[in-house]
Amino acid sequence: MRSNKKNLARNTKRDRLFIFFMLAPGILLVALFCYYPFLSGIPYAFKRYSLLNLSRTKWIGLKNFETLFTEKEFLQTIPNTIKWVFISLILQFTIGFMLALFLKNKFRGRGIYQGVIFFPWAVSGFLIGILWRWIYNAAYGPLNALLIALGLVNPANPIGFLSNLDTAFPSAIATNVWYGIAFFTITIQAALQGVPTELYEASEVDGAGKVYQFFKITVPYIRPVLILSTLLRSIWIFNFADLIYSLTRGGPGGTTEIMTSYMLNLIIFQSNIGKASAVGLIIIVLLLIWSTVYLKLSRFEEEGDF
Amino acid sequence: MKKPSLIYRIIKVVILAGFAVVIVFPFYWIIITSLKETKEIFSVPISFFPRKFSLQNYRDLFQMLDFGRYILNSILVSIVAASGASVVSLCGGYVLARFNFRGKQIVIYFYLITQMLPSFIGLAPLYQMLSWAGMIDKLPSLMLLNATWLIPYSTITIRGYLMRVPRALEESAMIDGCNRIHALVRIVFPLILAGFSATFRFCFVQAWNDLFSPIMYMNRQINYTIPVALNYMVQKNDIRWGELSAGAVIAVVPTVIMFAFAQKYVAAGLIAGAVKE
Repeated sequence: MRSNKKNLARNTKRDRLFIFFMLAPGILLVALFCYYPFLSGIPYAFKRYSLLNLSRTKWIGLKNFETLFTEKEFLQTIPNTIKWVFISLILQFTIGFMLALFLKNKFRGRGIYQGVIFFPWAVSGFLIGILWRWIYNAAYGPLNALLIALGLVNPANPIGFLSNLDTAFPSAIATNVWYGIAFFTITIQAALQGVPTELYEASEVDGAGKVYQFFKITVPYIRPVLILSTLLRSIWIFNFADLIYSLTRGGPGGTTEIMTSYMLNLIIFQSNIGKASAVGLIIIVLLLIWSTVYLKLSRFEEEGDF
Repeated sequence: MKKPSLIYRIIKVVILAGFAVVIVFPFYWIIITSLKETKEIFSVPISFFPRKFSLQNYRDLFQMLDFGRYILNSILVSIVAASGASVVSLCGGYVLARFNFRGKQIVIYFYLITQMLPSFIGLAPLYQMLSWAGMIDKLPSLMLLNATWLIPYSTITIRGYLMRVPRALEESAMIDGCNRIHALVRIVFPLILAGFSATFRFCFVQAWNDLFSPIMYMNRQINYTIPVALNYMVQKNDIRWGELSAGAVIAVVPTVIMFAFAQKYVAAGLIAGAVKE
């Protein structure tokens, strides 16, 4: 940003052409295949629009929203989504942070270790769902086998983690936590490397304890990274519908349905685009409010140029 | 600094090791399941190591479905999408790293905002666009869409790598008569090769994992990609776990290998552009 004015003046006509042609392909593609479909989907929210019966398409005003807010299937996604995002985020963040502190000092094999714990990130939510369906399988899954071996579960009566109303949602959250921890570990660990060691040494001379150092040096120093990574993760967790899709498909009885998986369900299985777009619009508004409030509350602008 | 106490170090090692086991175990489980015979998969007590190794599930998978074709489709789509996205993003990222111009911040926001939108919101309107253009059921649609979706992420990360290369290097080359593109390809590009390759691998993995656009836009089985084939197997009432596990292993292993040592770049890249340099 420095010497902004000077550089603006320095771009010759040739430079400006160069800038234009280098940027144009990317901007054009993203405008055409991200923004255009996205924006052109908004009017669908106010239409009856089903891919199964296009001839019945017509404007119906707020009808889709009225239907949504009167049906139990949608209403129960609201508390589910809140739990899904916050419980997952808090657990991922806390465990991830703890592991990052363990990895702060260099040791042999640290790079490999980080490579290994990052495995899940190479895999889509859909495949993670398939992997964990096996783990949770009542009759032939290893988790039940482990619990039986430990004497915690009666072999005659294994737990159907994903089919039981009480355990399905916690199991889905556990899988999500399993997936997300490494992101925090790796980003926070990288940020910790940037904290100057002199700060710790100086405070040690002053007789500061570990806890004091953690809250007065470590956390303030890496705050921008903490704020941004938690915000991004909260949005991604909110959008992590493909895990639900393959793990439980929202079941049993809608207990694991979150807002985004509900929308996906409307598109893929019911072809009800009108209603799905209404959910989509609600999602966008919620994400906008959430991001703004989060950045305001954390007073992010004062520290970074987002 | 004082050495941490022995007890602290033991706790630390135990927790780190335990966590690694928990992370790796589901992968281990799917691999050994794919190598078990069907009757061993469904026998109690379950075995944590195959009593007898068998490739039967893989053989069945290729017989039951045209799986070789799906692998080929997946490879084609992912390579074309990742290459397209990387090259377009190298151009855009370079300009965003090296020039100041009006609207630059807008371009950056334009890209950052896409990272927050749930990708499937545009699925239905895209269906209309593609069918209007006669592009339904054609693999190039998947290449084009995946490339486009990866451009924002790649542009922002490649810009980050380029910003760390001192301007002076290419400026001196340009004084010696090199033109800008030449300087970019010859001087700058080799310096960001590690980061560029991580970005390429990230793009490849994302395109490889794409499930919903092929589900929506590919109808004929001949155009299926690996995730669609697996989805087809999962949606059936009677899931054939042996073959499904074999398919999942084929889907997972290449991406895990491509990603394994890019972890630092990927995680840093995911929040790049938003944190002050």
